[in-house]
Amino acid sequence: MEVIQIVGFGLIAVFLIIIVREQNPALASAIALAAGGMIFLFVTVPLQSAVELIATLSGQAGINQMYIQTLLKIIGIAYLAEFGAHLARDAELESIASKIELAGKMLIIMLAVPIFQVLIETVMSLLPGGV
Amino acid sequence: MAYDVNTIFQIAGIGIIVAMIHTVLKQMGKEDWAHWVTLIGFVVVLYMVASIIDELFQKIKSVFLFQG
Repeated sequence: MEVIQIVGFGLIAVFLIIIVREQNPALASAIALAAGGMIFLFVTVPLQSAVELIATLSGQAGINQMYIQTLLKIIGIAYLAEFGAHLARDAELESIASKIELAGKMLIIMLAVPIFQVLIETVMSLLPGGV
Repeated sequence: MAYDVNTIFQIAGIGIIVAMIHTVLKQMGKEDWAHWVTLIGFVVVLYMVASIIDELFQKIKSVFLFQG
């Protein structure tokens, strides 16, 4: 039961943070950072095989590898931006958090531009009298 | 996972001990020493956290971004 392990780990981290926060707020946010990183590391190892399965299945289905790669990159960027923004928000730095989120959204849009382009070109070629 | 929990306890222990030393030194009237102790403790913790975060970022890169 990995769930119990993860939840227990999170609760231990929370109590430690509450204890340390009174004396040393900077160390408390360091513990939060470490705990968040570890929890995700713990989940990522099984996730890797799932991602590889998605990649091989899409390869067999004949989907262009570029789309799957872009999708996974977008998921990765979204997770990282969320991670940083939550951390900044925990340290009560709302402005930095919203800027991190904004930057993440910008990067996602930039990654998605080629897919949009392909979509628009497809629609234009379907339209009668189009290019 | 066992190693991970140990790291968290280590960081929290460093935090509590540093806070204790800080209080004792402050009571003895050596405020500047107390601040140095806090700073050094923080740097040690930051080093440990940085190695974990580095591991996390490498993992995310290898899982999601198809790079080394």
